[in-house]
Amino acid sequence: MAKLTFSGGIHPYDGKDISKDKPMKEVLPKGDLVYPLSQHIGAPAKAIVAKGDHVLTGQKIAEAGAFVSAPIYATVSGTVKAIEPHRVVTGDNVMSIVIENDGLYEEVEYPAVKPLNEMNKEEIVERIKEAGVVGMGGAGFPTFIKLSPKEPEKIDYVIANCAECEPYLTSDYRRMIEEPEKLVEGLKIILRLFDNARGILAVEDNKPDCIEILKKLTKDEAKISVKALKTKYPQGAERQLIYAATGRKINSSMLPADAGCIVDNVDTVVAVYHAVMEGKPLMNRIVTVTGDAIADPRNFIVRIGTNYHELIEEAGGFKKEPVKIVSGGPMMGFSIFNLDVPTTKTASALLCMTEDAVSETEPSACINCGRCVEACPSRIVPRLLADYAENYNEEAFLSHDGMECCECGCCSFVCPAKRQLTQAIKSMRKMQLAKKSAK
Amino acid sequence: MSDLMKVSSNPHIRAKSSTSSIMLAVVIALLPAAGFGIYNFGTDALILILVTVLSTVLTEYIFEKILKKKTTIGDYSAVVTGLLLALNLPVSAPWWIGVIGGIFAILVVKMLFGGLGQNFMNPALGARCFLLISFTSIMTNFDCDAYTGATPLAALKSGETVNIFNMVVGKTAGTIGETSMIAIVIGACFLILTGVIDLRIPGSYIVSFVIFICLFGGRGFDYAYISAHLAGGGLMLGAFFMATDYVTRPITVKGQYVYGILLGILTGIFRIFGPSAEGVSYAIILGNLLVPLIEKATLPTAFGKGGARA
Repeated sequence: MAKLTFSGGIHPYDGKDISKDKPMKEVLPKGDLVYPLSQHIGAPAKAIVAKGDHVLTGQKIAEAGAFVSAPIYATVSGTVKAIEPHRVVTGDNVMSIVIENDGLYEEVEYPAVKPLNEMNKEEIVERIKEAGVVGMGGAGFPTFIKLSPKEPEKIDYVIANCAECEPYLTSDYRRMIEEPEKLVEGLKIILRLFDNARGILAVEDNKPDCIEILKKLTKDEAKISVKALKTKYPQGAERQLIYAATGRKINSSMLPADAGCIVDNVDTVVAVYHAVMEGKPLMNRIVTVTGDAIADPRNFIVRIGTNYHELIEEAGGFKKEPVKIVSGGPMMGFSIFNLDVPTTKTASALLCMTEDAVSETEPSACINCGRCVEACPSRIVPRLLADYAENYNEEAFLSHDGMECCECGCCSFVCPAKRQLTQAIKSMRKMQLAKKSAK
Repeated sequence: MSDLMKVSSNPHIRAKSSTSSIMLAVVIALLPAAGFGIYNFGTDALILILVTVLSTVLTEYIFEKILKKKTTIGDYSAVVTGLLLALNLPVSAPWWIGVIGGIFAILVVKMLFGGLGQNFMNPALGARCFLLISFTSIMTNFDCDAYTGATPLAALKSGETVNIFNMVVGKTAGTIGETSMIAIVIGACFLILTGVIDLRIPGSYIVSFVIFICLFGGRGFDYAYISAHLAGGGLMLGAFFMATDYVTRPITVKGQYVYGILLGILTGIFRIFGPSAEGVSYAIILGNLLVPLIEKATLPTAFGKGGARA
């Protein structure tokens, strides 16, 4: 049988061996914790604590600011030190709650949980919403909205995105190896919301151990199957994943639900499990601290709000001088100019590299080689679109489907002339999206 | 650790291959054909190759110096052009033919249109056709120490029988680099294995050409006739090294098949119905001119386009 995959894509060095065998380890923060009020798609959360307030671990400190938004919870006990703008990974200054950690980790009493089979669908969704669960693969879209499509009976598949196609990242891998039960139980909870849906655990075939574990765990689950996908970047991109797993295609103007699919990342599904089964809000996530500059690369269980400096320290500091530090994977992550930024709900990795392939090469003339066209998973022509973007030719950009770009970075990666194709297209898309929302 | 790290837009890693590594691969791939040409035609061939390459590289260098532009000869694209042009010259051509051709290729066809990536026509072929028109007798004189008389293609056209074995090996009259099918295919295999070119264009070119001559060659499916057409003239060199020139072929995958088929048909028309025995160069530059149209007509469909909400 042909392997499940999509057209286009690339095979970069995956760097996963550096950290894949390091078990998850909890990091207890020592310094202040910073909680940006905007760490999800949608309206920023509204702070409900004030400077000087004492808070406990698990206490809600900010509530959803609108329908599309998510609450934020304290992940340590201590005192609210300030509510002020703080730098985040994207380089923006975002209003944040700063909490001075008292080191006691006193927890709130979590609300009692009802057994799953006594909860109705609304109660399950409400729990997920209250827990502040958002898409932890990177987008940060509030999960409860994803789980409330207009026509829930038309959802045929709930796909747990276990592809982890970004190079270097091993956080999802460790989760699958160490806590596969939570992943499967989390998926079963989501499946309760959709009467006609089947669950798919979609894993890239470079993780045969995960596939085996998940297959074993789900062998008696009639509604859940494990699908091995071809290892290729960006296999975990939502549209490509849906296509590989189900053969259905969606474009940029559609939601997965339009194709009868719900897609959630591994860590998100586990957060759903914690929210529904334990009544616990989203307070931590797995972060891979890796790269050739790191002394002891590891996978950490990190409390949201922990400063990146502390993660580097926990990983033994730098063995070589880093030149570039990326929050997230090398293909879609954000490079940061210093480490004074907090871990957010969507931070999957901290990659510290001793070389920067981007600044070491200089863009030159396009030779029309067509590698970008072959690599583009959105099946558009990056070469032309980048030209249109650079010349601000809106009309041509839109008519050549520039908005279908998923910003995966494949075109820039393969370009022998080292052109900044993704960057050009991405900027143009941002401008067009801003224009659209201003209307 | 310095205070500030480097920042850039994603992605933060890059593939190894670069413009110069690709061009260098093409140069290496042309070496078997060039080497056989020198073996076949003697040191005159070597001198002509060196003069032509030197003139393309120097033209680019001087042009950029005069206009105070960044020197780009380090990308080896001028070497590729010079080498290709030289391989398309008859060994009897005087050295200044290589110089004029080299200057024309780089200055007129490439630099005046904006340099690498901007030319709409393959520089080596543009120069060859320019020379063919301007110095017809020199460019079509294939008499040399090693061979006298007609090229195999011309002989074939006038109905004579040709020695196919010699044609495949390359022991025939012709331009310096086109005679040996074996040497060209060895180079082409190297390019295919290193991922520089693929078989879309050469494959569709050759297949459509074979179909065309079967239909219109007047000999039907004549194995010897087809083999002679494939091994003779510039078809192999053109199909693998010039039709696949990135800059002047369509960037879309579908367009590449269309382009290949078009070249096959044009070459067939020129070879069978044209006054000259050869037609590859003209077919390819004519094809070059149609590339923008082909690209426009064969733009790929974006992933998921036409879905429920599109």
